[in-house]
Amino acid sequence: MNAPNKPETMRPASHTRPLAAVNDFVVKFANVNGSGSASANELFAKAILRMGVPVSPRNIFPSNIQGLPTWYEVRVSEKGWLGRRGGVDMMVAMNPQTWDRDLKEIEPGGYLFYDSSKFVPHEKLRDDVNVIGMPLTEICNATYADSRERQLMKNILYLGALSVLLGIDAAAIEQLFGEQYKGKERLLDSNVKALHLGRDYANECLEPVGLRIERRDAVGDRIFMEGNSAAALGAVYGGATVCAWYPITPSSSVAEAFARWCQKFRTDKATGQAKHAIVQAEDELASIGMVVGAGWNGARAFTATSGPGVSLMTEFIGLAYFAEIPVTIVNVQRGGPSTGMPTRTQQADILACAYASHGDTKHVLLFPEDPTECFEHTAAALDLADRLQTPVFVMTDLDIGMNTRLCRPMKWDDSRRYDRGKVMTAAELEAGRDFGRYLDVDGDGIPFRTYPGTHPRRGAYFTRGTTRNAYAKYSEAGPDYVYNMERLLKKFDTAKALVPQPVVRKSPRRTQLGAIYFGSTSPAMDEALEVLEEHGENLDTMRVRAFPFPDSVREFIEAHDAVFVVEQNRDAQFKTLLVNELQVDPQRLVSVLHYDGTPITARFIIGRITAAVSGTRGGAIGARRRGGALGGE
Amino acid sequence: MTYIAKPRLHHPTLQRNQVGYTRRDYEGAISTLCAGCGHDSISAAIVQACFELDIEPHRVAKLSGIGCSSKTPDYFLGNSHGFNSVHGRMPSVLTGANLANRELLYLGVSGDGDSASIGMGQFAHVMRRGVNMVYIVENNGVYGLTKGQFSATADAGSKSKRGVVNMDAPIDMVSIALQLGATYVGRSFSGDKAQLVPLIKGAIEHGGAAFIDVISPCVAFNNHPGSTKSYDYVREHNEAVNRIDFIETRAEITTGYAPGAVVDVQQHDGTWLRLRKIHDDYDATDRIAAMNYIARHQARGEVVTGLLFVDPEPHDLHAHLNTVATPFNALGEADLCPGAAALEALNRSMR
Repeated sequence: MNAPNKPETMRPASHTRPLAAVNDFVVKFANVNGSGSASANELFAKAILRMGVPVSPRNIFPSNIQGLPTWYEVRVSEKGWLGRRGGVDMMVAMNPQTWDRDLKEIEPGGYLFYDSSKFVPHEKLRDDVNVIGMPLTEICNATYADSRERQLMKNILYLGALSVLLGIDAAAIEQLFGEQYKGKERLLDSNVKALHLGRDYANECLEPVGLRIERRDAVGDRIFMEGNSAAALGAVYGGATVCAWYPITPSSSVAEAFARWCQKFRTDKATGQAKHAIVQAEDELASIGMVVGAGWNGARAFTATSGPGVSLMTEFIGLAYFAEIPVTIVNVQRGGPSTGMPTRTQQADILACAYASHGDTKHVLLFPEDPTECFEHTAAALDLADRLQTPVFVMTDLDIGMNTRLCRPMKWDDSRRYDRGKVMTAAELEAGRDFGRYLDVDGDGIPFRTYPGTHPRRGAYFTRGTTRNAYAKYSEAGPDYVYNMERLLKKFDTAKALVPQPVVRKSPRRTQLGAIYFGSTSPAMDEALEVLEEHGENLDTMRVRAFPFPDSVREFIEAHDAVFVVEQNRDAQFKTLLVNELQVDPQRLVSVLHYDGTPITARFIIGRITAAVSGTRGGAIGARRRGGALGGE
Repeated sequence: MTYIAKPRLHHPTLQRNQVGYTRRDYEGAISTLCAGCGHDSISAAIVQACFELDIEPHRVAKLSGIGCSSKTPDYFLGNSHGFNSVHGRMPSVLTGANLANRELLYLGVSGDGDSASIGMGQFAHVMRRGVNMVYIVENNGVYGLTKGQFSATADAGSKSKRGVVNMDAPIDMVSIALQLGATYVGRSFSGDKAQLVPLIKGAIEHGGAAFIDVISPCVAFNNHPGSTKSYDYVREHNEAVNRIDFIETRAEITTGYAPGAVVDVQQHDGTWLRLRKIHDDYDATDRIAAMNYIARHQARGEVVTGLLFVDPEPHDLHAHLNTVATPFNALGEADLCPGAAALEALNRSMR
């Protein structure tokens, strides 16, 4: 195969020991958007999973349909670390546009796999990287007549070659093909053939590499799922019947998945009639308006959106807060502000959601850490919204929402009943029970409501965004207004005990250092903690799962000299919320902020925490330990 | 305080309708609008239509946006739930409410500022979705609550109270509703109860997206010479295409009128609309012809009123979505939750 003007098929790195690892490395695929690589790459990840070895893949994609660069990064980790590691051990470089930057990312001693059909000059390669060339285009052009097939099968060919190089079982891939192309024998057959074409080439012409997959039993009963799909399933299980939405990356697949789940679970088999309604609205103002209307009328309703959508929805969110209407909003956060980074991840809508809308408002936020919690929190949000008669946000993000993540299996208790909150019935009204729509009858700040159409002569009221008295009559009287605003605060206080409580992990050794984190930071944080502990740095941690903050959050902060607040935005929004709501000493809180649009890594957290505690390098905590003032970042 | 409860004194001889309610049971709080406001006449027409149709007040949900017109749902149907939402967004709230419980009657009340300016988008989309509702725009060409600014329905060349001439082209709500697929479209005048009440009754029984544009003069800011939305102007330029008799009987009716002068249209629920033609060349079941007619006559400065278009077999959003007959807000766990076993099977499929 080696033509004289091509680099050799295999060229080892000079003066650098080739990387060697078993079940612990990162493979990154650099592809062109729209080339059909996504499904081959996903097969790669799934095949490793089928061999019992945990993987965490991540899509890094542009806001574009065809032709721009896209990447798929697979971290293989027998230990089960699911965060991004940082660095790449093997680059599958299929995109000439990004060749230079892709090449730079490879760790010294790492591997470059590329299509050697075209000549690549020596200076375009790196001496400290092992080069593996395979003439994919040549083989495909010689094998297939159809141009689309030539393109698509290139992906399967490299999958075949990689499976040989890394020791992935052909049987595992063939089994996945079988599941994917069930009933489509022709497609199944051609894919299996292409796989073996790739494998045969690799067996004949390529040398084994130092990175190996070995069969283990480290996956257990965990499932492999996307957060958006899980959130949509949570909405189905939680009893949502109305979904109104407007397409926006990265949340569109929530509504699309809801449609698929409803087709499966909510469609009457005999009549074909739907026990749900999905409306693609004209904009986010209309989508939230429909959710408000449905919630007011007693149906469980939700919308899914992202930052720009939340900005548009804020007037309605204020109405729902003040008029006390159940609303569930799944906010799949992306990079802001403005259009920002639509296809990158951030946790940068914390303050915009916590205090959305003009006037004095506060909203309930839930922070799922993974797809399983997206399922649980979305179902819980529908209960909480009804119980509290207020908007509830499920604050997920692109990293959780649009990547397939290994996570706990979902569970449902069949004895669980929907909490429809305080709804006065026709019988209660008929019996003469006093109904004041905004009257605090139980001392928890939560009033009773009635559904429209309940009783012929009692229980009707006028819902408005203007001020009113406890019986829903228009009033601009100061005492009426203050009563209502104080009651809303009391209701928010009631929420503290109802929302998912924080998860605390005590360090094995006593420590005065703590860390608070939330949402998609979990996997990176878990890994960082173990490494820090190995290096003798101990931290107690608290994963906060909701706002309003339960009292235990303040207690955790006050029990430590310094608490790192790890978040994925520039302005330390979560820290601001902690300081603002808990009146804790801001000097105790030290921010660790990651906001370049990629998911936070353990390496980053370790680096920041290590620098902060290191006295010799003048870190903030070190300075404090030496008796100086502790400065936040 | 702009809320004043009406004393609930029922005269023993007050007539009751077939569901046992008097006309007073359909009233609301005392209006806080200006004396002589056209909007109060529309509220009265709604009260009369609901009373005469024997509609139980609590089976109506009344929704509005923001503005003088949007305040009126407080002034009628006091036994109905009401929702005074945000400016220009009543249509989306109504759509969601309608999805949650298809069994109630949804009455949307809005104004020209609320629907033609800030809410133009939602107005357009609620019409094209065919939401089953009665949507009334109380159209006075002016912003009343903020004291007299032009709205988007003000005619080019019309003059404000302060003498400013509007140069912008007007939005004609009726033409837009027709173009966007509303299946019942009418225009009336708040001063013409004989025309307005049957028009509202027909809309209530319609079963699809029913839109009525009611010219409703603003006595405070738009009732002067030079305005095209004043009582005098509308009276002088009102070109009714038909008069409507609304007939509740579901049985076949026989007409005593000469053929051509009367058209009987049976709506999907069996009720009849008898249209007494005033203009022989007007066909209220031909959407495109209606749009042509309205455009031609408006160009001459006429205000075309009457039942302008009706599709006797309308579809609504629930039909488009093929939803179950049970209201969503009455479905429970058994209908909605697939359960633990189904979830376990899903878990297995994701390994």
